Amino acid sequence: MRANYKVEFASGVFLLLGIAALIWLATRATDYGQELGKETYTISARFTNIGDLRDRAPVKIGGVTVGMVESVELDPVTFEAIVHMKVSSRFNEIPSDTGASVFTSGVLGDRYIGLEPGGAPDMLTNGDELFITQSALVLEQIIGKYLFNAGSDKEE
Amino acid sequence: MSKVNLENRTGVISGPVSQAGQCLLFLFRMLAGIRFSLTQIQTVMQQTYLIGARSLVIIMICGFFVGMVLSLQAINALEQFGASDQVSVLVGKSLFRELGPVLTALLFAGRAGTSITAEIGLMKATNQIEAMELMAIDPIHRIALPRFAAGLISVPLLTAMFNAMAILGSVVFSIGVMDLDSGIFWSKLQTSIYFQKDFIGGVWKSFVFGGTVSLIAVYFGYSARPTGAGVGTATTNTVVLSSVLILIFDFIMTSFLT
Amino acid sequence: MDESGNNSIKADDPIIRIRDLVFCRGRRTILDGVSMDIQRGSIVAFMGPSGAGKTTILRLISGQLRPDEGTIEINGQLISAMSDRELKLFRRDIGVLLQDGALFTDLTVFENIATPIREHTSLPEPLVRRVVMSKLSAVGLGGTEDRMPHELSGGMARRIAFARSVVLDPDIMLYDEPLTGLDPIAVSTIRRLMRETNNALGLTSVIVTHNVNQISNLVDYCYIIASSRIAGEGAPRDLIDSSDPGVSQFMNGRVEGPIPFHYEPPGAPWRLLD
Repeated sequence: MRANYKVEFASGVFLLLGIAALIWLATRATDYGQELGKETYTISARFTNIGDLRDRAPVKIGGVTVGMVESVELDPVTFEAIVHMKVSSRFNEIPSDTGASVFTSGVLGDRYIGLEPGGAPDMLTNGDELFITQSALVLEQIIGKYLFNAGSDKEE
Repeated sequence: MSKVNLENRTGVISGPVSQAGQCLLFLFRMLAGIRFSLTQIQTVMQQTYLIGARSLVIIMICGFFVGMVLSLQAINALEQFGASDQVSVLVGKSLFRELGPVLTALLFAGRAGTSITAEIGLMKATNQIEAMELMAIDPIHRIALPRFAAGLISVPLLTAMFNAMAILGSVVFSIGVMDLDSGIFWSKLQTSIYFQKDFIGGVWKSFVFGGTVSLIAVYFGYSARPTGAGVGTATTNTVVLSSVLILIFDFIMTSFLT
Repeated sequence: MDESGNNSIKADDPIIRIRDLVFCRGRRTILDGVSMDIQRGSIVAFMGPSGAGKTTILRLISGQLRPDEGTIEINGQLISAMSDRELKLFRRDIGVLLQDGALFTDLTVFENIATPIREHTSLPEPLVRRVVMSKLSAVGLGGTEDRMPHELSGGMARRIAFARSVVLDPDIMLYDEPLTGLDPIAVSTIRRLMRETNNALGLTSVIVTHNVNQISNLVDYCYIIASSRIAGEGAPRDLIDSSDPGVSQFMNGRVEGPIPFHYEPPGAPWRLLD
């Protein structure tokens, strides 16, 4: 019986270690720990161009992640991109005239949405839309503009 | 025994197919014996110790060094693009999706699969299986099922441990040796590794691999010829077939999961 | 069916009744028309050259193999017609000691002996422990219960295996080469255990062996099986003095005789090698 107990204890330790490793990996090394908690509300914004913004991209205020992009769709009439964002309910006092921009982290990094809070007394609630938006800076367009401007400078 | 069993001579195609069929029937017979009795749980625990816990050290050492070498290669390659801060993404993705489950399963097949096959084969050679049948105990339930269950439990846990050690190895190398920023390392990991797609997908894979290796190991042990040479052949077959099937199933699962 | 069958059994009826048994493996006939009656309470030996089909009879009696023709009745029940479930119940009442003991190498001595009890009864743990310990001390090995089989000597392992096979108090004990590979003291020990349990529990014992000398004063009756049939039968003393050339050759261990030295290919009347 005693020999058996030892073995069972050892396999129990093994099981616990394994489960601990699973939990550690899930919370520390994946986006699982980055989930926004259970309470979220959804807001949306329209952009003429979102670059390569993807689902689950972070939504930040002043560099701090407050939510993430839930889905991206195209308005079939206006051909604008509609970005739906989930924001944690902990941040439920964001003014309704807040602006949204598509930024890039670093020169070639991932896209994220930056919110710039305004000063309106009303707060954003579930289903609200942000009206002040600024599209992504697409590198090719910037280079193209620069080349075009440079070309027209020469002509004059 | 010098007699040649004519019924067992099979063709090139019908041989493997009937083997696969027998293997599947074996699985069903095994699953039919699940009873959730205390003794059965105790034997499963005992086998989990013998199969899983005893493979832990080799898995952890291998995981650590795989993590180190992955970071070394990744940093070498990414530095050329000035993107060496992406190292944790590369290491994490390849670990969670492929290397963790596959390497763990291969190591498990070599470490535990062979010992399962050899043990059951030897039990057969020393009449233990026959003795069980004579006690009206189904040896498939008594011998094969606990080992299969233990393998099924152990492999995903070993994979998790392998991945954890590999990430630790990567941390040691990229942060400790190459002086990368630890904040960037972790935040990249946490934003780029998807829980659903990468983590859960990898866990699924490790379950399938664990089941495959354990089933092959118990089946080959059980169908081994009860001689020294027969047990040796069965052990070799376990390693070869498990390794091939792990890689084939890996491709199939990857193409369906993503 | 069972009721009426059991009622008709009298104490002096044979416990094992075998009639015209035929068993073939592939094209080879292993047993060809074997009939015998084994009396309740007796110790019977099957002897004969290796590969003559002695062990096959044992496996037919235990229901591991099914005869191609003929019948085996044990306690009036037809073994060859039993379903798997019936066979399982039937096997509770037979104990088998296989060659080399066949202890489960992954279990302790205690768990080895407890295995049949746990499998076939739902006795509470303290009772299981008492039964196991009493059997263990009956074979003179009390105190070894926590050891693993590989820590035991050959003779001790055989005694443990013996304890395991009688732990459910069977009606019939089948022994397959019970004394092979043991030192003389262990042989005597096992032999005494076999005799004592047979008398104490009212068992019927069937022993398969090729070693004439080891069992000649243990058994009551002997069957010599050669060339797929019973070549001779009788008390061991009578067989040694038998006038039959084949029986005499085997009992006295001579090279010359009707059992040939040279291997003969299939179809030949005698097969020494399997």
